[in-house]
Amino acid sequence: MSTVTADTHAHEHADEHAHAGGFLSTYVFSLDHKIIGLQFLFSTLLWFVVGGLLALAVRWQLAYPWSDMPIFGKLLFAAEGGQIAPEFYTVLFTMHATVMIFLVIIPILAGAFGNYLIPLMIGADDMAFPTLNMLSYWFMWPAFLAFGASFFVEGGAAGAGWTSYPPLSVLNSASPGSLNGQTLWLIGLLCVGVSSMMGSVNYLTTIIQMRAPGMTMFRLPMTIWAMFITAVLQAFALPVLTAAGVMQIADRELGTGFFLPEGVAANNALPAAGGGHPILWQHLFWFYSHPAVYIMILPAMGMVSDIIACFSRKPLFGYKPMVYSISGIAGLGFIVWGHHMFVSGMNPMLGMTFMVTTMFIALPSAIKTFNWLGTVWGGRIQFTTAMLFALSFVSMFIIGGLSGIFMAATPVDIFIHDTYFIVAHFHYVLFAGTAMAVWGAIYFWFPKMFGRMMNEFWGKVHFFFTFVFLNCTFYPMHILGIVGFPRRLADPYHYETFRHLLPLNQFMTWCAIGMVATQIIFAINFFSSMFFGKKAGRNPWHANSLEWMAPSPPGHGNFDFQPIVYRGPYEYASPEVETDYYPQTQPPPEKQGDD
Amino acid sequence: MNRFWCIVFLLVPIMGVATFAVAPYYNIWFPRDVSTHGITIDNLFMFILWITGIVFIATEWALFQFTWKYNAAHNPEPAKFSHGEHTLEVVWTIVPAAILLFIAIYQMDAFAAAKMRKPNMQPTAEITGRQFNWDVRYPGPDKELHTLDDIVRYDGNIHMPMGEDVLLVIKSQDVLHSFFLPNLRLKQDVIPGMEQAMWFHAKDTGRFDIVCAELCGWGHYKMKARLTLQTRADFDQWLAETYQAEQAMTTAKVGQ
Ligand SMILES: [Cu+2]
Ligand SMILES: [Cu+2]
Repeated sequence: MSTVTADTHAHEHADEHAHAGGFLSTYVFSLDHKIIGLQFLFSTLLWFVVGGLLALAVRWQLAYPWSDMPIFGKLLFAAEGGQIAPEFYTVLFTMHATVMIFLVIIPILAGAFGNYLIPLMIGADDMAFPTLNMLSYWFMWPAFLAFGASFFVEGGAAGAGWTSYPPLSVLNSASPGSLNGQTLWLIGLLCVGVSSMMGSVNYLTTIIQMRAPGMTMFRLPMTIWAMFITAVLQAFALPVLTAAGVMQIADRELGTGFFLPEGVAANNALPAAGGGHPILWQHLFWFYSHPAVYIMILPAMGMVSDIIACFSRKPLFGYKPMVYSISGIAGLGFIVWGHHMFVSGMNPMLGMTFMVTTMFIALPSAIKTFNWLGTVWGGRIQFTTAMLFALSFVSMFIIGGLSGIFMAATPVDIFIHDTYFIVAHFHYVLFAGTAMAVWGAIYFWFPKMFGRMMNEFWGKVHFFFTFVFLNCTFYPMHILGIVGFPRRLADPYHYETFRHLLPLNQFMTWCAIGMVATQIIFAINFFSSMFFGKKAGRNPWHANSLEWMAPSPPGHGNFDFQPIVYRGPYEYASPEVETDYYPQTQPPPEKQGDD
Repeated sequence: MNRFWCIVFLLVPIMGVATFAVAPYYNIWFPRDVSTHGITIDNLFMFILWITGIVFIATEWALFQFTWKYNAAHNPEPAKFSHGEHTLEVVWTIVPAAILLFIAIYQMDAFAAAKMRKPNMQPTAEITGRQFNWDVRYPGPDKELHTLDDIVRYDGNIHMPMGEDVLLVIKSQDVLHSFFLPNLRLKQDVIPGMEQAMWFHAKDTGRFDIVCAELCGWGHYKMKARLTLQTRADFDQWLAETYQAEQAMTTAKVGQ
């Protein structure tokens, strides 16, 4: 039978490669999408720790301004006697955002899960361009090194915010953090961009060209649809950021003036030749960085859809509307960037236009939320750790989505722009949303990646404390924003308006410390389960999609048979079969009779 | 144990609403509004808060209700084999779209008033942001800016008259800053190489914070100024005194 031939062939294939290389080519310079996915996963989780600690330092300053920071203070700023200096505070929040966005969220979604899941879920043996895939990981390393090294150069790491607005970011004299650290920051950003670009080209080609027989576009799991749209967004938005980044480097190093008006100078330095405009950067930057918001949430939405359908034991509600709404985001996502610039000095008429498009981009998110609720409705819900994280994603995304409407309303944005209301909003989307979804995805696909189950009890403990602490940390930021509490201030309390907010900030800081500490539980569970967890088997969750038909962990070439797809991935509780799941590869009953 | 998780999710809307309900009693709410236009912004905020609040409670309640009712341990019924519902999809696309369109149109006027309908008058003063201070330049007795008798103050104490329209020209000397007056519900980034206008009508006297709201370097946090709102008579008197003091200083300097 054909299955047998495919089987033996796969084994020969695997042997060939196993003999071909030793440790280095198998685990380091690997061309296998699964190894590359895991390389991304481990690197990004490591940077997640760095980004989290940077956040704690920010929180410490906001709770106990100018006091010695315990433990880390002595290590990091011995010169100031353990205090956070104001210029270092700007570095802290700049690098916290940079690390979290460019070294954690984007590469963990597209790099780690995209790489690992795309070929498995579409029934391919690898990516279309394995070498390009390997390079996409290795191009992250210059970025790791540039960002990491920038802390140790004169003037310290970049301190002009993750948005890197000129002239502050371009004038060397404007801030200590805008010496060499800023150039390294831009180089790091360019490398991350190149890496993402390589990844997205690969994902698009793979999803279009390498689907298993029978896997039509409308039989793809939502995770794959989300990765596909994400790749489209990256492919079209990244060139703009790359160009803008090169222009900013030229402004800094070659004395061009793309983003500098004539004669601008800071700190009594020589005036710049100029001829450009600071707002140009904002347009170019947000032309990428607004779509990037979706690059940072769509894959999470896709994975959450799969997890929720699986543990509701029920088909995904409104599969096609879900697909259309993420495709809608891909289109609308390119014409809303100006909502970051309502008070920037951009023409207010243009602001109104962007306000209208921005209002409408809320619509696809609303549709998706209703469909998740529809999926849960009438199901037989299993409260696994993965499901808890996925449900919490829905619960938290509602908050993050709704708070966006306040900012889209231009008159309200005049007041809340650059306050903690904004900080609350994007932490609800990116931390309470994406990061929670990523944890859910790790608990869900861990058995596939390592062949063992993660501990459910400790998983739930991890979930509970993360969920409680994150809300206690981020929810009060909304009401801080209503007072007008500004972002990026090392010491907001010397304004009379904000003095009474100190106790609330101290409470938030302790919750943030608790939240970071809780991740120790996750780390121990993660690493001990890798070695001592219960053996998983191929399909521990009784899920439908193709990756669960492969061995856990899948060998080189992924499948030990040729997957043929008969239906979509969400046929749970189907009346056609006895079991409450109906794998995509399982032939329909009548064909079984023919055999 | 499953029910425990449902309760945890139910706590989200309960605590969420409670936080907003309690916050005003601890004064963690909008700072006092002393402008005539501020009420429009506050009301718009409250209007959106009500709409989003209702959606928030409804969706979070649905999440709680569904997880409570349909969990595998307590629900004997088999899962519904449903792939969706066309009518529902249409309803929950059109209803939010209509609400969003309404909000979009409803707010346009307030934004136009704040950023587009510049009053036709001589500027009351010119504000310049620089690392890390707000400088202010008032027209002298000739009532015109950028003449020899201008009154320029570098101490971050900005005086403005109440009870009338005030027009400010704002600009920057070096990097981006943002001129943020929480009590007047005003915020505008200032950009080197560009002159912008800002206007308000204050309805009360008092001293208020001026905050820099756009990152401008290491000293961003201390780029603080104070706004003193006075009656026209007090303002004129203060301006005259300041002018005289400045003239005296100049004469003294020239005399030396
Ligand atoms: Cu945006
Ligand atoms: Cu500033």
